[in-house]
Amino acid sequence: MPADTRTHGGALLGSEVRVLFRRWRTWAMLAALATIPILMAVVVRLSSEPPGPGEGPPFLDQVTNNGMFVAVTALVVTTPLFLPLTIAVVSGDTIAGEAGLGTLRYLLVAPAGRLRLLVVKYVSACVFCVAASGTVLLVGWGIGSALFGTGEATLLSGDTIGVGDAVVRSLLVGAHVTICMLGLAAVGLFISTLTDAGVGAMAAVAVLTIVAQVLGQLEQLAWLHPWLFTHHWLSFADLLRAPIVWTSFTENVLLQAAYVAFFGALAYGRFSTKDVLS
Amino acid sequence: MTETATLADEADEADIDPADLAIATTGLTKRFGHQTAVNGIDLAVPRGSVFGFLGPNGSGKTTTIRVLLGLAAATGGSARLLGHDVPTELAQALPRVGALIEGPAFYPFLSGADNLRRLDSADRYADPATRDQRVARALERVGLTHAAKKKARAYSLGMKQRLGIAAALLTPRDLLVLDEPTNGLDPQGTREVRSLIRAVAAEGTTVFVSSHLLAEVAQICTHAAVMHVGSLVAQGSLDDLRGTGARVVRITTPDGDLCRVELARLGLEATGPVGEVTEPTTDEVAVEAPLADDGPAAEDIVAALVRAGVRVRSFDVDRPSLEDRFVALTGEGFDVAR
Ligand SMILES: Nc1ncnc2c1ncn2[C@@H]1O[C@H](COP(=O)(O)OP(=O)(O)OP(=O)(O)O)[C@@H](O)[C@H]1O
Ligand SMILES: [Mg+2]
Repeated sequence: MPADTRTHGGALLGSEVRVLFRRWRTWAMLAALATIPILMAVVVRLSSEPPGPGEGPPFLDQVTNNGMFVAVTALVVTTPLFLPLTIAVVSGDTIAGEAGLGTLRYLLVAPAGRLRLLVVKYVSACVFCVAASGTVLLVGWGIGSALFGTGEATLLSGDTIGVGDAVVRSLLVGAHVTICMLGLAAVGLFISTLTDAGVGAMAAVAVLTIVAQVLGQLEQLAWLHPWLFTHHWLSFADLLRAPIVWTSFTENVLLQAAYVAFFGALAYGRFSTKDVLS
Repeated sequence: MTETATLADEADEADIDPADLAIATTGLTKRFGHQTAVNGIDLAVPRGSVFGFLGPNGSGKTTTIRVLLGLAAATGGSARLLGHDVPTELAQALPRVGALIEGPAFYPFLSGADNLRRLDSADRYADPATRDQRVARALERVGLTHAAKKKARAYSLGMKQRLGIAAALLTPRDLLVLDEPTNGLDPQGTREVRSLIRAVAAEGTTVFVSSHLLAEVAQICTHAAVMHVGSLVAQGSLDDLRGTGARVVRITTPDGDLCRVELARLGLEATGPVGEVTEPTTDEVAVEAPLADDGPAAEDIVAALVRAGVRVRSFDVDRPSLEDRFVALTGEGFDVAR
């Protein structure tokens, strides 16, 4: 036992997040995500006639009234594929990436502690989830209000809302989308403990995302749908009614929590006994 | 092998207290599927020693180190590291252990210094307040101060190796485990690593250094163990290891056959191929024969050979070098044993 028994257990998380944001790859993904709201807003702005109700992605018609809805529309557009792809990259890389670099063995003999390392890795993946949806949200707000101003917008329920309410509603959608990604990140963490090839883990997570959404489309598998981690990915509409209907939001929180617990346990079960031979 | 037995007996006689061992294993075994990479080894690394862990490629050195450091689970047997059971009490031992395992590994997009900071932050006993200072000191010890800000991807093989050693020296250590530390280093770097190991050992740190090149570590080791195909074939202090080999007479002469006949008459049986020409440009051959401790005196052998008309060009009685012992224990072939 070291003479100095004071411990500094939090340092690893700080280091992990710093390393994540020191990577060129992380910034490239965030930049790519940022282009979505920008592209959308610019295209709508430049087109001669504004999109009619129900045309194009959800709420696109609201964009011209209140630019803040660019953020909501962009979140909705990125949720099925673009956003989860970036989460797949980060979460699939957590353990497998370290194994591939060979740094995993040095972290473990430091000693980082296997459980501690796993928790730190998951938390930093969650930080990325927040950063990713936060980027879309903030850039959406910025470009939207710059190009379209911040007037009144009409909700799905027909009510009109002002700027303050629009900020709150889009924040809620952002929170929902972020929570949706937490279960996926846990799945990614588990898959990442199975291999030493980061790219393989990333690809597997990405494929799973798509498979889950395809299964979610098949009526024959209706019994399975509530259990898919993608089930509530597009259930943000209730957050855009007055009053807000919270059912799917809370259901989603429970579902994602279950995924985190289950795949977190699987990841620990696998990683705590794994021979690190990379 | 009988040798292991003798040495083990000697160890028993010395009656080493297990608490005085930095590394102690009993019957440590690691299997990969059907292959036994480490086969029931009993390592005893005394505290304060510089311990050479020798063996040809694939003999199980790295695997042993991985098991000792808790990276891989043993299939059988037990191990203690600095008096703590492996793997249950490893968390207490590892902060006092610095390690280089099968080559260094880094984040290519971080600078050398940032890589060290990263590894240091993984150790929860390492004080963040002194981190920058310790990182700078470690870099200085391996001569990398000027490359501290360079990205690790831009490091040469030897620089990476040095950085890996720096990582092992971030905090004061009781035990340093270095797996092939001179891999990829130039002769100058190899010398520097040797003097670094000496300096670290002088501070009281036990150094466990593995290598397949005996010459690289023989000069600095106080103890050594030799691995062969997963088994420990010899272990002990360097003198023990040297001493267990019998003496050999070595003669160079143009009259090889006559020399052999004469040696046989004296009760010495020449070994090695007949008629091997040592120097292609001369007619000389080298004749070697083991010399028992109760054999004839060296001067009598020379006198007898000369009287028989053997033109003796050189004569030598030698204990086999460590190198010879190493080769004798592990086989000479270039092919890995499996
Ligand atoms: N991950 C693995 N899976 C299967 N077999 C392995 C694995 N790692 C090592 N081995 C086998 O275990 C044996 C010992 O390997 P090890 O790496 O311990 O040798 P070594 O003594 O360190 O060799 P070198 O001097 O080349 O570094 C080898 O035969 C090798 O093929
Ligand atoms: Mg090795």
